Amino acid sequence: MVSGNPSSRARVEAGLGKRRRREIIFRSFGLAATLVGIFFLVAFFWTLIAKGASAFAQTFVQLDIEFAEEALAPGGELDLEFADFDSIARTALRTKFPEVTSRNDRRELNRLISVGAGYQIRESIIQNPELLGKTVAMQVPAAANVDMLIKGNIDRNVPADQRPLSDQQIHWIDALVADGSLVKKFNKALFVNGDSREPELAGIRGALMGSFYMLVITIALAFPIGAAAAVYLEEFATKNRWADLIEVNINNLAAVPSIVFGLLGLAVFINWIGIPRSAPLVGGLVLSLLTLPVIIIAARAAIKAVPPSIREAAFGLGASKMQVMFHHVLPLALPGMLTGAIIGMSRALGESAPLLMIGMVAFIVDVPASISDPATALPVQIYLWADSPERAFAERTSAAIIILLGFLLLMNLAAVIMRRKVERRW
Amino acid sequence: MVSLSLRETGEYRRMNQMTQPSITNEVSPKKSVTVEEPAADGYQTVGEVRCKSPFIVAENVDVYYGDNHAIKHVTLEIAKNQVIALIGPSGCGKSTFLRCLNRMNDSIDSARVTGRITLDGQDIYSKDLDPVVLRARVGMVFQKPNPFPKSIYDNVAYGPRIHGLANDRAELDDIVHTSLERAGLLKEVKNRLDEPGTGLSGGQQQRLCIARTIAVNPEVILMDEPCSALDPIATARIEDLMDELSEDYAIVIVTHSMQQAARVSRRVAYFHLGHLIEVDETNKIFTNPRHKLTEDYVTGRIG
Ligand SMILES: Nc1ncnc2c1ncn2[C@@H]1O[C@H](COP(=O)(O)OP(=O)(O)OP(=O)(O)O)[C@@H](O)[C@H]1O
Ligand SMILES: [Mg+2]
Repeated sequence: MVSGNPSSRARVEAGLGKRRRREIIFRSFGLAATLVGIFFLVAFFWTLIAKGASAFAQTFVQLDIEFAEEALAPGGELDLEFADFDSIARTALRTKFPEVTSRNDRRELNRLISVGAGYQIRESIIQNPELLGKTVAMQVPAAANVDMLIKGNIDRNVPADQRPLSDQQIHWIDALVADGSLVKKFNKALFVNGDSREPELAGIRGALMGSFYMLVITIALAFPIGAAAAVYLEEFATKNRWADLIEVNINNLAAVPSIVFGLLGLAVFINWIGIPRSAPLVGGLVLSLLTLPVIIIAARAAIKAVPPSIREAAFGLGASKMQVMFHHVLPLALPGMLTGAIIGMSRALGESAPLLMIGMVAFIVDVPASISDPATALPVQIYLWADSPERAFAERTSAAIIILLGFLLLMNLAAVIMRRKVERRW
Repeated sequence: MVSLSLRETGEYRRMNQMTQPSITNEVSPKKSVTVEEPAADGYQTVGEVRCKSPFIVAENVDVYYGDNHAIKHVTLEIAKNQVIALIGPSGCGKSTFLRCLNRMNDSIDSARVTGRITLDGQDIYSKDLDPVVLRARVGMVFQKPNPFPKSIYDNVAYGPRIHGLANDRAELDDIVHTSLERAGLLKEVKNRLDEPGTGLSGGQQQRLCIARTIAVNPEVILMDEPCSALDPIATARIEDLMDELSEDYAIVIVTHSMQQAARVSRRVAYFHLGHLIEVDETNKIFTNPRHKLTEDYVTGRIG
């Protein structure tokens, strides 16, 4: 009746321009917001990769190592305790520069190779004792400063007292480059070593394993407990004042600053129960507490989202509450629950504050072999390296961030694949 | 502007009448009763609430949703081997009454049922009756088709599986096939039993839901507007099916279509604002209603 009226039609048409303008403005706001987001994301990744990518390669010195008997077997037989592996590496380098004789110069020259050279020689002779007395061409790690100069992170044009390498050292490095003795190789140490004071030897294996153990504990505890709590609260708990109270508290818990959970972990798990400090076990327990509210909230939302008609159908056929739950509600809610779990895990992986409280910030060289060995975690390792003064730790910090993000990406990928598997497309 | 134009037509007055019925409150013992609004309590249903060899007996049933008194003192007997239709304007409590009969109201926290309902002489609200058993005996088909997000086969097999009705796979296959056959769906889905039930058309889905219900071999089937989402052809199919099924089951159907009630049911119960106003043989309700409200409703003056 009304729409047929010509005057109202004219009014609708008169207002049309304004409506369209508003729509366009709204759309351009949305687009602008998205572009800003993308810009920052790209800037972030670009700086990260520009800074960190070089850490995945490392400079090595090609040396003819003589496994001299007087250094390795002072008593006539291979003696790991008294063997002087460092001197072997130094001697090898010095043969390249016979003109270096003064004590000071020799000391400066020695600084061009890493202490890792000695470890490497030790490892080779342990693995292959036949080497004793022979001379072998080996690539041993160069000192971090050499690496930095090669990578262009140390500026040779600044005055000598403002850079960590003397003029003479730079001269030697140039000579090594000229005869092809300096080679860049993939930085295996970054992945297989624990932390170290020497940047060229520092790796994130320890932190990676620490994070891995903690995540395993977290998912093993938080997912089943969270899912069970969500099922109980949604399906079985009577809706009364207590239920409301619990609901409010869970929602609040999800917003509690993570450091508070660290304090709780310190008080309960370490001081009261007596689990050792710095252990991934404590970290995992704390992170479980931290992610539990997130998982419960997501799981409850997923359970709520299951259409009531499905429940009714099942109840109408005479299914019991348990059967409705396990045959219909949980299969449909599982993808949502998994998403919640992954969000919780991602948060747990990135947490550092609570771990500081429970002593996982210590300098730990050994890669943890179990959940009760002292360990750090990836974000804490990033913090530790970012705090180190050496120039070479800066690129390692970025590299560690890249690895952390890679880890996250992998987790999310696994989550997507898992969701695909459990999601029914009908 | 809109309400003004409505006021001028009879439309508005009719709506008005519905929400604020007029006041004549005299009960006449004669055939044509002129009561407009029944008294809150103690209203005497007109017609024949009793029937021969009743299978379900509801005595003085009241249902409350919190403070909302949705069913008021309803007494009704339902026999086997016949279809009874519940009709009445929207919100009058048809679905609520239907859901009392298999205790689906249990899952609504605010709902409270008083009175007594017996199934074959057994009180269905007694403590020692498990609703699981009751619902195996009293099946339900809903207004909107709601197949499980599982295969057609699994949809039908679900009930027999949870109740352990089949001893082996062959027996289960047999139940699934006969149920689909009886629901008139077998021909259409024979070759795609492992496809999702949600992939069927609306009418097919509803027949799947009926097949799923009869696979449990219930004694009563409750249907809440089972055809409201269906086209006339699918509706006709389901009505034929009801006819057939009524040979073995007691069927209670809620419908908004007078024609459907006339076509499928033996008896009709008319509800109004929670009261059971009138119950009688279908042809009596439609040709010679005794209560004014019933008459207004079946002649299309309200509802
Ligand atoms: N889950 C519920 N919670 C609270 N009140 C309800 C609930 N379901 C129904 N009611 C109320 O009970 C009364 C009867 O509702 P009911 O669904 O039985 O009506 P109906 O006759 O089936 O209507 P329709 O024809 O529209 O389906 C209404 O006043 C309604 O608001
Ligand atoms: Mg209804």
